[in-house]
Amino acid sequence: MNAKKVHMHVDSDRLIAWLRVVVTVVLAFLCGFLILGFTKFSPAGAFGAMFRGAFGSKRGIAETFLSMTPLILSGLGFALAYQCRLFNIGLEGQIAMGGLIAAYLGYALTGLPPVVHVAVCLLGSALGGALWGLGPGYLKARYGIHEVISVIMLNHIAFKVSAYMVSVGGPMKDRSDFMPASPFIAKSAELTRIWEGTRLNIGIVIALVVCVMVWVFLYKTSPGFKLRAVGQNMHTAGATGIPVKSYTILAMVLSGALGGLAGGIEILGIHHRLLAQFSPGYGFDAIAVALLGLLNPLAIVASAFLYGVLRSGSVLMQVVTGVSKDMVSVLTAIIIFFMGMGEPIGRYLKARSFEKRKKKYAA
Amino acid sequence: MLHDILNLVLLSSTLRIATPLILASLGGVVAERSGVTNIGLEGMMLLGAFLAVVGSFYAGPWVGVACALGGGMLAGLIHGFMSITVKANQIISGTAINILAVGLPNILIPVIWPEHFATTPVVETLPCIQLDAIGKLPVVGPILNAQSPIMYFAFLMVPFLHVMLYKTRFGLRLRALGEHPKAADTLGVHVVRIRYIAMLISGSLAGLGGAFLSIAYQSQFSMAMTAGRGFIGMAAMIFGRWKPVGALVACLLFGFADAFQAAAQSAGVPIPPDLFLAFPYVLTLIALVSLAGKRSGGPAAAGKPYIAA
Repeated sequence: MNAKKVHMHVDSDRLIAWLRVVVTVVLAFLCGFLILGFTKFSPAGAFGAMFRGAFGSKRGIAETFLSMTPLILSGLGFALAYQCRLFNIGLEGQIAMGGLIAAYLGYALTGLPPVVHVAVCLLGSALGGALWGLGPGYLKARYGIHEVISVIMLNHIAFKVSAYMVSVGGPMKDRSDFMPASPFIAKSAELTRIWEGTRLNIGIVIALVVCVMVWVFLYKTSPGFKLRAVGQNMHTAGATGIPVKSYTILAMVLSGALGGLAGGIEILGIHHRLLAQFSPGYGFDAIAVALLGLLNPLAIVASAFLYGVLRSGSVLMQVVTGVSKDMVSVLTAIIIFFMGMGEPIGRYLKARSFEKRKKKYAA
Repeated sequence: MLHDILNLVLLSSTLRIATPLILASLGGVVAERSGVTNIGLEGMMLLGAFLAVVGSFYAGPWVGVACALGGGMLAGLIHGFMSITVKANQIISGTAINILAVGLPNILIPVIWPEHFATTPVVETLPCIQLDAIGKLPVVGPILNAQSPIMYFAFLMVPFLHVMLYKTRFGLRLRALGEHPKAADTLGVHVVRIRYIAMLISGSLAGLGGAFLSIAYQSQFSMAMTAGRGFIGMAAMIFGRWKPVGALVACLLFGFADAFQAAAQSAGVPIPPDLFLAFPYVLTLIALVSLAGKRSGGPAAAGKPYIAA
């Protein structure tokens, strides 16, 4: 009886958490409507165009799943770091570094069998992202430097390095092209396209597999448990003998690797060459994706889908209605606000109902 | 070549580069000393920069300054509401402000200026102030004279905030909240009110820093034009040990290094421009790493919401 009661209690907590997610999404769209309502744009027209862009054509549907791919991976990256109480807003830079390395390995290596070549490129991209996470992780663990400042600096450095690589005279610039871009990668490094006539590729499958792997790591392995324990309470975890500093670094490295992988898949699957700033801000959307998924890898797939719709739909919205596709960033900000608010409000309501019950029993 | 780089122009561009950083880092000092971590400085600057251009477009640069101050304060209030009243995670709230500040101007620019996208038209900038007394000083006179009023204000804010924090009752209370809010609360210090005031000051300083960028340093707004200056200001705050004078010194060092590299570049040092642009960020990382070993020193309660028992 008692055990059952405890179980039910956990479930009601979870229910409230998911309710919070639904309320947040509804409120965010409401705010989006209001913001557009204050301007000359028609909110219904804008969001209608967004919906049509995401679902109205074969190409649109494919693009929705294409956007979803890096969003799953970087959302996982943010969640993994956040489970260890680290705020990795450097995913955008880690995506950039992953893409850079994937592109380089993609065109510099030739004569490899396709599967091997893709594997090498993806591994390289994950390592590039991991390196971009290692620095801030080390600085945090060793010197207590807040990761938010160091990852933002590394973001900017990554953007400038990528821009330099493909600028005129840059080491990765394709000299036969006016575009600021690298040469095209070898055919053997391209991700197989899986839907005739669209750019949809097996990247989405890779993302889903990685998602399951992250879930298993976090919830079914001892290092994953320890990583979460450090996030729950650093001091308790340290007192039980968990090397807190090592796990801090590990979390940032893995988080960065996921970002790097997202960048690698973007390059190998879609662009087939390095373009400066090829990500429209997936690394920042990742924060909202992870928070809406309550940091749960499997639920992150669902919130990444929502964001995939926003990202792919916003392109048509901008063309048809003139509303900037940065509307997605505004929605992201609002969602982060409400998710940030939800937790303490939930805590407060719970404490109040507890007080009420206490009074009832006392009477 | 070194002669081309080291000259008076270098010193005056040092001051110009340092100004927005000083305003941002002072905003950081006031917020953190009161116990609120303001990761949203970057976004508050960006909103300030945008609103300054809007104000200047409709009613002249001084109205632009007022708009930037107001926008910064509003963003400060939002962050304060999240951090102080709702007691949410302050990093989350600040990040939301930063993301909002990147997206919102891009939606509003085509509404205010059809045909424009991501950048605004050029607007009227603040007039520079001619001060004969300063201008007559030897050597430094020509550097200090005829600068933007926001620059003078930024430099005056350093002693002002120093006195406020260390010589007034209000400052003592504000600092106490950053170290031990519970003790201060027990002694009757109004935690909520003082933290909100600190957020208003912090936001308005950041907003003014943004206005300097858009209607003094440049004369238009472009997307994400703050380019990490809010975060560099935070790093300067840490480097300056959370003190106004320390932050000033850190910002000046930073401004000098950045001005030096820009001068070196225009003097023809053969380094690709894109890599030159990465210099401020590398420098910030180096500055943070150079603090190695001397960790902490920050206000003990910064970043933690105060929950009265």
